[in-house]
Amino acid sequence: MTVPREIELRVNGRRIRGVVEPRLLLSDFLRHEADLTGTHVGCEHGVCGACTVLLDGEAVRSCLLLAVQADGREVTTVEGLGTPEALHPLQQAFRDEHGLQCGFCTGGILMTLVPFLERCPDPTEDEVRHALSGNLCRCTGYQNIVDATLRGARALRGEEE
Amino acid sequence: MKPAPFDYEAPGHLDEALELLARHGDDAKPLAGGQSLIPLLNFRLARPAVLVDLQRLLGLASIRETEDGGLRLGAMVRQASLERDAAVESRAPLLHRTMPFVAHPQIRNRGTLGGNLAHADPASELPAVAVALDARLRIVSVGGERWVDARQFFVGLLTTAIEPGELLVEIELPPPPERTGWAFQEVARRHGDYAHAGVAARVTLDGAGRCASARLVYLSAGDGPTEAAEAAGSLVGAHLGEATFDAAARFAAEREIEPTDDIHASASFKRHLAAVLTRRALAEATRLARAEVAS
Ligand SMILES: Cc1cc2nc3c(=O)[nH]c(=O)nc-3n(C[C@H](O)[C@H](O)[C@H](O)COP(=O)(O)OP(=O)(O)OC[C@H]3O[C@@H](n4cnc5c(N)ncnc54)[C@H](O)[C@@H]3O)c2cc1C
Ligand code: FES
Ligand code: FES
Repeated sequence: MTVPREIELRVNGRRIRGVVEPRLLLSDFLRHEADLTGTHVGCEHGVCGACTVLLDGEAVRSCLLLAVQADGREVTTVEGLGTPEALHPLQQAFRDEHGLQCGFCTGGILMTLVPFLERCPDPTEDEVRHALSGNLCRCTGYQNIVDATLRGARALRGEEE
Repeated sequence: MKPAPFDYEAPGHLDEALELLARHGDDAKPLAGGQSLIPLLNFRLARPAVLVDLQRLLGLASIRETEDGGLRLGAMVRQASLERDAAVESRAPLLHRTMPFVAHPQIRNRGTLGGNLAHADPASELPAVAVALDARLRIVSVGGERWVDARQFFVGLLTTAIEPGELLVEIELPPPPERTGWAFQEVARRHGDYAHAGVAARVTLDGAGRCASARLVYLSAGDGPTEAAEAAGSLVGAHLGEATFDAAARFAAEREIEPTDDIHASASFKRHLAAVLTRRALAEATRLARAEVAS
């Protein structure tokens, strides 16, 4: 039997402690221990991108990280972006451009795009498609996701629609 | 939970890590970026008793320029850092240009250079690039250290020269030769996926503008990175142009690589792709070599 470990991380600014087995994935820790079910799990082997969260500000697959590896680190999930009353500009753009249908992929896509747009605030359509290459969406056909991203980028740059 | 149970260690010093690997031998696995190992754990295709996480070994995460114009890259350098580093861009342009083809941005944020080479997937870009660049790899254990040339490091399907108890710690790249151009080309179903076919090419010119030497290294073309030495050798002494590229590309694709059928592409389609990519890569490398001579 393996020895459970005590871990403490900051999730969306909130300190969260847990006693976990080393084999617990960060995705399962977030969903089951921290009750943050906005992080979705599709494939659990790194292919779909639904589980993408920020680890110290960088987009990572939470299904390919152990919860113990995030001990002492800062994690941001989609719940940390905006609230239903005050959406993040990128969330607002997804709503306005109809950038989602079932929404299963959306959390992971938003968490991929937030650091991307910080590094590349005025991307071309091609750059957006490359940035999204690691996220699968089975509903939209991607076009509205790309449009929403370009709209969100304009909003984040402070340009009026 | 997805993975089978294991113990987890996250040593803060290299000596401690080597001690743990020596003590547990075959039962232990180093954990680098986890982007290949954790999927294997999740599928229970790997069941190590102990994981030795290398993420706290910050000494293995540095990119250093050597006095001779080469580079020393720590095994734990993240793929995303290689993609963005200015020294890598100027001293190892082939590596810099290849990085965007290695998986997806989120995976490159965690995945490491050393983990990618140690995993030795035949469809992976970095083993082919390591061979094309004449990389040397430093492998250490409690017993000492040894250097292995990239050509000897990849010994078979998902198999390298690393023995249980050993750790890959550093990758040394020699300075880029003069009058040289590099190119990387691949075809994948979706950008960032493992490729159906891909090639890393180097062309070096002599003072008269003829080919002094060349190299072609393929991925997804056998059990590991696959060199087409005869095809590359056939270019030496030639005035490079479409006819020479075409002959070399056909020879490499038909005679020197061994792609296999899979659910996405047949072996003969992969040979076709390899020939097309070789022509493109040789043309690009030659153009860049000429531009360097002219500058
Ligand atoms: C969806 C997806 C797509 C991908 N696409 C590509 C692609 O197109 N091209 C590509 O090249 N890769 C691809 N990868 C793999 C990715 O590049 C991995 O990061 C890489 O293969 C392994 O590096 P890692 O640092 O994550 O190593 P880990 O997964 O941590 O380790 C891999 C193996 O190497 C061993 N190991 C790690 N470090 C050392 C060391 N220093 N010394 C000795 N042994 C060590 C581990 O024990 C393990 O057996 C993909 C991965 C995913 C999930
Ligand atoms: S659930 Fe993590 S990538 Fe699919
Ligand atoms: S909206 Fe349904 S998967 Fe993307």
